[in-house]
Amino acid sequence: MTTETTSGFRHFHDQLGALKQRLLAMSARAEELVELSVDALLTQDVGKAQAVIEADREIDQQELEVEQLTVELLALQQPMAKDLRFLISTIKVTSDLERVGDHAVNIAQSVLRMHALPTHVTPEPSIAEMARRARSMLADALDAFVRGDGALGRDVCKRDDVVDALHDSLFRVMLTHMMGDPRTINPSLELLLVSRNLERVADLATNIGEDAVFLAEGKQIKHHAEQARQ
Amino acid sequence: MTEHAVAELPVANAPIPAAEPRVAVHSLDAYFGAQRVVRGATVDFNEGQVTAIIGPSGCGKSTLLRCLNRMHETVPTARVEGEVLLDGRDIYAREVNAIQVRRRIGMVFQRPTPFPTMSIRDNVVAGLRADGRKAPSRAEQDEIAVWALQRAALWDEVKDRLRDSALALSGGQQQRLCIARALATKPRVLLLDEPTASLDPLSTQKVEELVYELRGEVTIVMVTHNMQQAARVSDRTAFMLHGELVEVAPTSRLFTTPGDERTEAYITGRFG
Repeated sequence: MTTETTSGFRHFHDQLGALKQRLLAMSARAEELVELSVDALLTQDVGKAQAVIEADREIDQQELEVEQLTVELLALQQPMAKDLRFLISTIKVTSDLERVGDHAVNIAQSVLRMHALPTHVTPEPSIAEMARRARSMLADALDAFVRGDGALGRDVCKRDDVVDALHDSLFRVMLTHMMGDPRTINPSLELLLVSRNLERVADLATNIGEDAVFLAEGKQIKHHAEQARQ
Repeated sequence: MTEHAVAELPVANAPIPAAEPRVAVHSLDAYFGAQRVVRGATVDFNEGQVTAIIGPSGCGKSTLLRCLNRMHETVPTARVEGEVLLDGRDIYAREVNAIQVRRRIGMVFQRPTPFPTMSIRDNVVAGLRADGRKAPSRAEQDEIAVWALQRAALWDEVKDRLRDSALALSGGQQQRLCIARALATKPRVLLLDEPTASLDPLSTQKVEELVYELRGEVTIVMVTHNMQQAARVSDRTAFMLHGELVEVAPTSRLFTTPGDERTEAYITGRFG
């Protein structure tokens, strides 16, 4: 290997490092928006909900920038092995993070609609629990991805079942409320939408966890591909 | 291996028993004097497949290639231990003639090596007379020249000037001429030692397309510094380091999920 090639590679690895930092920043912002949207719900704060809707543009912009940088690196550096898996996965992860931002916006919009309703219901504590778990999964999934930690990626995937169970449980509780008092139907449906969006955030974190496993181990575990091979 | 057997070869690739490699290398050591530059290499080169050998400069990949048709022994002080089996027969066995081996296992080098005083046509058929046997008739030679130039994807570019000097051709055309010359003896195996290292991108692309076209007909082993080239044209890739074959795997696997961390380090540039 020539000196020139080595120095070219070093430049490439610097750019990969910069790309990881951008992904982390994008993820941190997505987590913040999920937190802010749920905070807006729990505190009935219309201003926070508006702030989430406005801030989503930042994430959209970050997605475009990360995608462009990734495509450039793929074209110019023609990466192999782990670097190739990282860049291919980065395009998926950045798309997932952008979707997380959209789910935060959906929650914020529910807050705005609920604020305009004549009847209010107190959000179930499980909403806050789902939000906490979904955010934690997202943070760990990104951590697993940028560090190439397959074990942590698998751990994130396992935790999705708890969030799914919380969503199912909330659905039954809200159904009971609605059957008991039809005036609560509209706000209860909004809370169900919030719950659904949080459950989707956890699903997206799971996707990123799967990408972390692919990056670290070169194995596809999504759609139960791993069990199918065994 | 006898001369008679070689002369009777009807086509480039006679059938071989299923699942047997065309060339099998067993525990091969290659030396320059006391220095061992290939260490215990064991690898199969499968029938009709393109195998690329990659690795850093000085890792022994060209030496391994040159052991496959007994070119290594042409260097003073060079010697080989171990086995290289062509269709199950050891090419280093006492009774085997090295020139006969090279008729069956052709080689193309980094720089085009046309014979400067010969015409294009004569360059292609030069190998047919190289072993001192009776040369085919002129008509037969013409037929073989056309066939080989067509197989080397050069025919359309030279068909109207077969009597011109080979030096009138561009570098890329000269390299394809050398491939045609190697194909003219209808070898079972073609060894390519960095065949595009001295070529421009367009000529490189033509040689790569040619390698792709020849797969299935000829077993090809190609040494290359260019990992993208290995990825583009080969079915299997072997990675060598410090004279050792570290990993041999299907190309799609080696470049996406290599099994050895030294391979990973090399192909991602985190080497050393």
